[in-house]
Amino acid sequence: MVDVLVTNGPMLIAIAAAFGFLMAWGIGANDVANAMGTSVGSNAITIKQAIIIAMIFEFAGAYLAGGEVTSTIRKGIIDSAYFVDSPELLVYGMISALLAAGIWLIAASALGWPVSTTHSIIGAIVGFAAVGVGTDAVEWGKVAGIVGSWVVTPAISGFIAFMIFQSVQKLIFDTEDPLENAKRYVPFYMALAGFVMSLVTIKKGLKHIGLHFSSGEAYAMAFGVAVLVGIAGMMAIKRLKMSKSADRQTQFGNVEKVFAILMVVTACCMAFAHGSNDVANAIGPLAAVVSVVNSGGDIAGKSSLVWWILPLGAVGIVMGLAIFGKRVMQTIGKNITHLTPSRGFAAELAAASTVVIASGTGLPISTTQTLVGAVLGVGMARGIAAINIGVVRNIVVSWVITLPAGAALSIMFFFTIKGIFS
Amino acid sequence: MPVNSILGVFAKSPIKPLQEHIDKVHDCASILIPFFEATIAGDWDKAVQLRKQISYTEREADSLKREIRLTLPGGLFMPVERTDLLELLTQQDKIANKAKDISGRIIGRQLLVPEAIQAPFTAYLQRCLDAVSQAKQAINELDDLLETGFRGREVDLVAKMIAELDKIEEDTDDLQIKIRRQLFAIENDMNPIDVMFLYKIIEWVGDLADLAERVGSRLELMLARV
Repeated sequence: MVDVLVTNGPMLIAIAAAFGFLMAWGIGANDVANAMGTSVGSNAITIKQAIIIAMIFEFAGAYLAGGEVTSTIRKGIIDSAYFVDSPELLVYGMISALLAAGIWLIAASALGWPVSTTHSIIGAIVGFAAVGVGTDAVEWGKVAGIVGSWVVTPAISGFIAFMIFQSVQKLIFDTEDPLENAKRYVPFYMALAGFVMSLVTIKKGLKHIGLHFSSGEAYAMAFGVAVLVGIAGMMAIKRLKMSKSADRQTQFGNVEKVFAILMVVTACCMAFAHGSNDVANAIGPLAAVVSVVNSGGDIAGKSSLVWWILPLGAVGIVMGLAIFGKRVMQTIGKNITHLTPSRGFAAELAAASTVVIASGTGLPISTTQTLVGAVLGVGMARGIAAINIGVVRNIVVSWVITLPAGAALSIMFFFTIKGIFS
Repeated sequence: MPVNSILGVFAKSPIKPLQEHIDKVHDCASILIPFFEATIAGDWDKAVQLRKQISYTEREADSLKREIRLTLPGGLFMPVERTDLLELLTQQDKIANKAKDISGRIIGRQLLVPEAIQAPFTAYLQRCLDAVSQAKQAINELDDLLETGFRGREVDLVAKMIAELDKIEEDTDDLQIKIRRQLFAIENDMNPIDVMFLYKIIEWVGDLADLAERVGSRLELMLARV
């Protein structure tokens, strides 16, 4: 049976790569709008700037920190022991999972549902494994963990967002001289953002390109980056032109200008976090296919990622973003009202931190969820003028639907592909 | 491609439209000054013109009000109580209605403020409009209140503005008493029905300040509940 893999190997890899690229493209076109939406919506950056930032940092995130989640998706959700005797099933399954998730993404986007890319791929993998191989092949504990993350992730990011926004109010807005305090404290927030981002990159990401550091070195380097980011931010704030007529109204306007600079930093963070977490959705199954095919059906081996897979996913995301992201973001700028840089910042930094931390621990969480949680957190801190609870409810419902939908589709494709090749 | 729905989480803020509404209401009431000037100058054509303008602005305020009420769906999580917001809006809208009523009654009866009380009447009207503009300023602070999460210094600031509004309203009460007394002194020489309506007009002008004060106290209630 393994002959199938040998004779059709290159073709299977090509199909998997094509579907993986499709999925990455969809992620870029759609999900990135979520990640960058708050920055654009609060007018801190323009759409063009957002696309440029997203390109650079999505790529960096995908490349430097993306490998960790990949292995979770590849190994954690299904028990590979069940595939040892029939590795081709794993290959078919992963391919159908990619196709199923990609199609579900496109369909849901067309209907306007904010589905999680992470969960659609997981649903798809669970689907083919449970039906095509046997319910025992699925690590149900891990799946339960994912269901749990529907509650835990928004809770964590909501809590972080709440704390950040509260601290911003205490330190800056609710003081005698908000502008002075903004100039004083905002660089620290920038440094914090830089710290979280660089720490995860160094600790988790760099080993994919062959660099290893001890914990101490990692913290020291992250601290260094944080200081650099803080100093750069301070200089950027100094160059800001403030309107000098210092009545309270315009002063808050000036404070928001300071925060707008910060938004640029958090936008970078968000893009990085998104890239590091979500690129794995597209390339995880692809990596599994490639490693099985290349080893001629050997699943157990701890194979390293083939060099071209991460760039493929990253390029896919960036391409999708560049070609379709603009349209999505354009609509965002008009639809969000009353989202100021200070509020957007709290929501985004919290979401990015949560994603980055989760990416570091290998839990495949959804960026959509973290952002929803973060927005609610800022709302709780009474920072956002209005939150549409109806939309929040729809989003939560779509989270629940995504798993079975992805599963159903992948089961369909799995039997189709199996029929074609065997 | 539809807008990514996660961004729909940020609902349209009701605060900006609320501010637009009070601005419109303030515009509407402010026309009363040129309106009364025109009647005093005997330029009734212009007065009719201004009355039309008042009525037009009032209608604009009305449609703003309706829009806010319709676009404030039930499932909104807002930093302030939904009912408070709607109540505030209702109070704001009453100011514009009152301004329309005043101008309509004056035009309808070709009612002229008698010369003897013209100067104090204008001062009285001005003071009442001061109250409206003070209310407008307080509502415009909502933005900043939001920024501070309805806490701390900004709340004190608004509380001070509301106290100032109360003081203006007290002023108008005193002015109203004085102007009534002055009208009383000359009422025997006038057409009794005109006098009746003049008392009414004086009362209504005072209502402008009363309503403005009520906007302020609604705002105060909103702050108290947070």
